[in-house]
Amino acid sequence: MNVRPQRLVEHILDRSTSEHCIAIVSDSTSANLRWANNTLTTNGVMHSVDVTVIAFQGNGNASVSGSAATLDQVNALVDQAGAAAAVADAAEDRADLVEGQAAEDWEDGPADTSIQVFETFAEELGDAFGQAEAESRILYGFVFHEVSTTYLGSSTGLRLRHVQPTGHYGCTGKDAALTNSAWVGGATRDFADVSAARMAADLTTRLSWGERRIDLPAGRYDTVLPPSAVADMLVYAYWEAGARSAHDGQTVFSKPGGGTRIGEELVAPGIRLWSDPSYAGLETAPFVVAGASSDRSSVYDNGVPICPTSWIDRGRLTALHQTRHTAEMTGQPNTPAIDNLVLDIDGATGTEADLVGGLDDGLLLTCMWYIREVDPQTLLLTGLTRDGVYRVEGGEITGAVNNFRYNESPIDVLTRYTHASETVPSFSREWGEDFFSRTATPALRVPDFNMSSVSQAL
Amino acid sequence: MAAQEIDPTFLALPYHRLGHAALERARDFGVTHADFRFERNRYQHFSVRDGALEGAQDGEDLGFAVRVILDGAWGFASGVGLTESDAVTVAETAITVAQVAARMTTRPVQLAPEPVHHDATWISAYDVNPLEVPLAEKTGLFAGWTRELIAADGVDHATGNLLQVQENKYYADLAGSSITQQRVRIEPYLEVHGAHPSTGAFDSMRTIAPPVGQGWEYLDGGDTFDFDAERVELPGLLREKLAAPSVAAGTCDLVIHPSNLWLTIHESIGHATELDRALGYEASYAGTSFATYDKLGTLQYGSPVMHVTGDRTSAHGLATVGFDDEGVETQEWDIIRDGVLVGYQLDRPMAHTYGAALNGGRSNGCAYADSPGHIPIQRMANVSLQPAADGPDVDGLISQVERGLHIIGDKSWSIDMQRYNFQFTGQRAYAIADGQLAGQVRDFAYQATTTDFWGAMEAVGGPQTYELGGAMNCGKAQPGQVASVSHGAPSALFRDIRILNTSEEGTS
Repeated sequence: MNVRPQRLVEHILDRSTSEHCIAIVSDSTSANLRWANNTLTTNGVMHSVDVTVIAFQGNGNASVSGSAATLDQVNALVDQAGAAAAVADAAEDRADLVEGQAAEDWEDGPADTSIQVFETFAEELGDAFGQAEAESRILYGFVFHEVSTTYLGSSTGLRLRHVQPTGHYGCTGKDAALTNSAWVGGATRDFADVSAARMAADLTTRLSWGERRIDLPAGRYDTVLPPSAVADMLVYAYWEAGARSAHDGQTVFSKPGGGTRIGEELVAPGIRLWSDPSYAGLETAPFVVAGASSDRSSVYDNGVPICPTSWIDRGRLTALHQTRHTAEMTGQPNTPAIDNLVLDIDGATGTEADLVGGLDDGLLLTCMWYIREVDPQTLLLTGLTRDGVYRVEGGEITGAVNNFRYNESPIDVLTRYTHASETVPSFSREWGEDFFSRTATPALRVPDFNMSSVSQAL
Repeated sequence: MAAQEIDPTFLALPYHRLGHAALERARDFGVTHADFRFERNRYQHFSVRDGALEGAQDGEDLGFAVRVILDGAWGFASGVGLTESDAVTVAETAITVAQVAARMTTRPVQLAPEPVHHDATWISAYDVNPLEVPLAEKTGLFAGWTRELIAADGVDHATGNLLQVQENKYYADLAGSSITQQRVRIEPYLEVHGAHPSTGAFDSMRTIAPPVGQGWEYLDGGDTFDFDAERVELPGLLREKLAAPSVAAGTCDLVIHPSNLWLTIHESIGHATELDRALGYEASYAGTSFATYDKLGTLQYGSPVMHVTGDRTSAHGLATVGFDDEGVETQEWDIIRDGVLVGYQLDRPMAHTYGAALNGGRSNGCAYADSPGHIPIQRMANVSLQPAADGPDVDGLISQVERGLHIIGDKSWSIDMQRYNFQFTGQRAYAIADGQLAGQVRDFAYQATTTDFWGAMEAVGGPQTYELGGAMNCGKAQPGQVASVSHGAPSALFRDIRILNTSEEGTS
């Protein structure tokens, strides 16, 4: 169906007979390449146009989503939403819809991407396969680029558009015996700043660090977490930062006896954890887009402007993810969740390499894997180290150590760290690909990181 | 079960015409293989909290994909238009992608043969399509349940949600197969939350009713799970947990209920015996496997009482389907027999190279894509631990333990990228003292290495202890895909497993 997304929005709003209606149309294109054992394994180019119709009637609402393959199907979505809203249960989060007008870029068409975004990368990757094969290394990895344009319109006049590019690359390198493993990866908006040749060269360097193998037992180690590993832990903490679940006594942000811990000292005083939709390089939607209501989103809030928000400031918990409904419930300002996350630390200077240089006897991690919550009370997480745990002696990397299972809380890590680097763009290995790719974090040195047991995984 | 028919609103979609147009266009380019997959997947999800609806959403994912092999390289493209011209365009895009991919494809892709299945139809076993039950009836029921639950002593909050899926697929390929299928699945859950009156420590207790390939009858008087009885027990179980002593860290015996053991099977056997992982295809993402192909027939995975099967055929299994997403008729096979690794999960490219020794040269039907926009990859069959024909009941297993834990329900889970080291918690654990249950304990986790753990399995329960567990959120592949899978298990007895006290692991 070749209908412009804006026309689709107007069509939905015109057709709706409900008291109010919101239409969200998202046009996305993506391209990917995946490789293993020095050869391409899968690939793809995808295009989708997804439509969400939210109908409001009386105290209820209904949200219906589908692919916009034909106008008939879009009509069916509108009719289905209208009928469901008429008999829906009363919504607890009901509020007046946001009023507005057409944004300046409303009439602009959807942006897109194609397989050609990897043109240079693919050529370099082919060369990297040849070189790796010749030098007995094996490469495994994935690149992904997506451009998604969202159009949000409402019967109260909102006409908002947002273009969201999302991209990332990641590559694992192993020696031929599969006993030495390394990883590099990162986020990008357009692949102009990603080089397969540089990626392969970085892996070669890291694999050289692992040529000497050192076995260490479980225990507590003075450990440098690189920005990627810090993002791995913090993204989980960010997801747990819903105001409703904190208010209901279910998270580390809950006050014993009731309410949230907003205002309390939570971590070390130099910590600022914040989000800003206009943060350079991590730009994300400056208004709420909510396809359904949940404990942390409200369909009534569609179009609410998103402002920069400090979640933790000077070590104190200052805000949690709110809707207008939970903001009223908790007596706090409305601070919606934002799709990026930045950790800044007062007085932090230097790089990850500087932290390693200052470490007399400890470990440098690469990234983490399979992170899951063990105890919501303390936000104790378990997970594994992955693709490179390096022994540091006298400020130098002296070899690669076995992997570990750790049990640690990000809240404790932000309390116990002794050194921090400057904040840099980072990419969570665990969460970046599928869920949350826009982070900026420092490297942190934690003097007694709890490695609970040894993992034999290589 | 009532005899079901393919949803007429799916049958009315123009997939035959689109498929024909796409495949013929692909044929023009001299491809060695082309397949066309058209899908319409319908979802409905809602959540309730403390007696009120929190949110509900209906979703539909409709579209199609064309996959070709050209010059030994895969090309994949997908789209959402419903005209023959759209289908031709997507086929041409798949050809372009294959041409780009050929530059980086150093080993040509070939497929294991599969008989042609022309005009085949398959529908899963269910009585009532949950998407045809009025939403208000369902939200009313769940909201009412949470209202009842918060009225109970010790319950501060109660939440619930229900996910329902209807999946329709049409598959056709240049060899002549054409297959239309329909599956239904459902995942309900309820959870209660409370805090200890004096310490303020909080905790939760969730239903252990698994997601299943069934319809609304699962919650409405069906005979596979007594959801009502479970719901009524939740407040008492939570109160007991909040008042329970913290577990002593150390080593002890475990009797693990299928509602917990299914997840350990999923992580330490299901994923470890995916041949694509063993071959390294997932090395940069989901990970590889310690159970590499060279160990087939020799790896002592566990004790001699360990018999694990893979199937995509068991009744109400979440991975159960008639034909996979490469047109392969589904099957059942052994993965571990007498504790030894004897099988893997396959798709057609892997079966071409490895299938001769594993499945007579044929795929065992484990290809799956979670949406029309994603490429099929090898996904998990229902991987199940078999009971002992004359095995004991759960009391019989507990009676063999002097000091241990009986663990029920899954909660936290984590395993390393080669499937060695894992750590699991559960909904609840009961101390076992001298062969008897002695009340709940808190803060437990068990941690082990896969082959040590299964090697320590001394006994499996009888068929009367066998239950199906499962998940609808199994993640794999890049771009990420989500799959549903069931795992059957009896209760089982494990000796000398490491137990952690999770409150001691933290440092706050």
